[in-house]
Amino acid sequence: MTLPETELRKTALNSLHRRMGAKMVDFGGWDMPVEYPATGGLIAEHMAVRTGVGVFDVSHMGDITIDSSEPGGALAAVQHISMNDASKLAVGQAHYSALLYPQGTFVDDVIVHRMGDENYLLVINAGTREKDFHWVRDNVKGFKCVAKDVGDNYTQLAIQGPRAAEVMGKLTDANLSVVKNYWFTHGTVCGLRNILIARTGYTGEDGFEIYVPHDPAISEMVWGRVFEAGKEFGILPCGLGARNTLRLESKMALYGHEISDTINVWEACLDRYAKMEKGDFVGSAALVKAKEAGIKRVLVGLEMVDRGIARDGYRVFNEKDHAIGVVTSGSPAPFLKKNIALAYVPPEHSAIGSIVLIEVRTQKLKAHVVPTPFYKRPKK
Amino acid sequence: MAYPANFRYTKEHEWIDVQGDTGTIGITDYAQHELGDVVFVELPKIGTKLTAGKPLGTVESVKAVSEIYSPATGEVTAINDTLADSPEKINTDPHAAAWLVKVKLANPADVSSLMDAAAYQSYVDAKDKEAHA
Repeated sequence: MTLPETELRKTALNSLHRRMGAKMVDFGGWDMPVEYPATGGLIAEHMAVRTGVGVFDVSHMGDITIDSSEPGGALAAVQHISMNDASKLAVGQAHYSALLYPQGTFVDDVIVHRMGDENYLLVINAGTREKDFHWVRDNVKGFKCVAKDVGDNYTQLAIQGPRAAEVMGKLTDANLSVVKNYWFTHGTVCGLRNILIARTGYTGEDGFEIYVPHDPAISEMVWGRVFEAGKEFGILPCGLGARNTLRLESKMALYGHEISDTINVWEACLDRYAKMEKGDFVGSAALVKAKEAGIKRVLVGLEMVDRGIARDGYRVFNEKDHAIGVVTSGSPAPFLKKNIALAYVPPEHSAIGSIVLIEVRTQKLKAHVVPTPFYKRPKK
Repeated sequence: MAYPANFRYTKEHEWIDVQGDTGTIGITDYAQHELGDVVFVELPKIGTKLTAGKPLGTVESVKAVSEIYSPATGEVTAINDTLADSPEKINTDPHAAAWLVKVKLANPADVSSLMDAAAYQSYVDAKDKEAHA
């Protein structure tokens, strides 16, 4: 007997991606576009985001709301589960943070949005949606708040690139010039009222993420209007392939690679997002202990010196040919035109300029430690 | 892109063009389309002995490493070193300018057991149908 395959989950735009001839891939149980060959493919998509504008369907990502009817109820819950200091968020502001296990390792990374005085939105990874929601619900039990999983309610589009603001400007009546990086607003988008427009993204470029109703007809309408608005800037549909190369150039973590349930905040070099001074949160005690015990490995950026490409999972050796670590993410960088990687190595190998060897199939190829992020967008 | 009538083809999407006892080897248009933009090619050294069905090198796109399997047994006599600086040729001209290696064939007659152009075309048509089912 052949067992039925678990069906992949689909976003509201799945049929549209397939009509566009997208190459599809299983990402965390979702049937997602990895690239669109008909309009140029991965490298063209990556370059469109760096030089013009691109649009991604990121509806597979999850959304958890934490609301309270009691003053301070939601904030207390968020402060308990999220390592960054949510008390610093104004209404309309968001920040990068993480949810940690008691041992100081990652449940997931997250963007926390303060929607209202007692209302927060956590945007989380696709592959960890169910796990994250159960963990959040369990960990806010002692607090006067309600946690809801609202991921299925939204189609989320990311419009990213130096021309993204011009594209968004054509689609909404909201005043975007006052929405700074990592802030958000609500406005009418393509005739839809009260749409969340956040100046966030995972590409290292300026850009917006919008959350529209999940209905396929509405979602396709919005996608079509985004394209019309972006035509003059050479807008391209962008898949998960370009999403990965863009975030890698910008040294942004990917769950399961740079962060996971066996890696702690110090190792991942995400210190500046863990506000230890705010008071206890889940994982804070373990983080204090871990710092006292000494950090055994750190995340570094590598650039290949020898001809070759370092990829996820390749082993890292020192010049004496001893295994010292592993590549968490590695790929050609389409904009930088170099082969780059992120890897965990012992602190003594983390100085800029340190030479390491990467095991690429039967060879050991030289790479050196470089400053990160590999790419930073030009200041306007 | 049409598949040249005088080539032979493998199930792993390599082609071989036999002239006398020399075989020129490359990957097919179907293979390059599946791969996407090629960014890196690793070829064997001249003098390397290849065995039919065994890997001879790799072709890499941004996302993936793809092994190339030798269609025939023989010794490498030439490699296309223009691919080091211009790997994208594999995407634009997979059946001609982007040949990978030339091989002195141990037994040229063995190649006739591989698919001809018509059989290969049917083979990839079936694969495309399967992919879009």
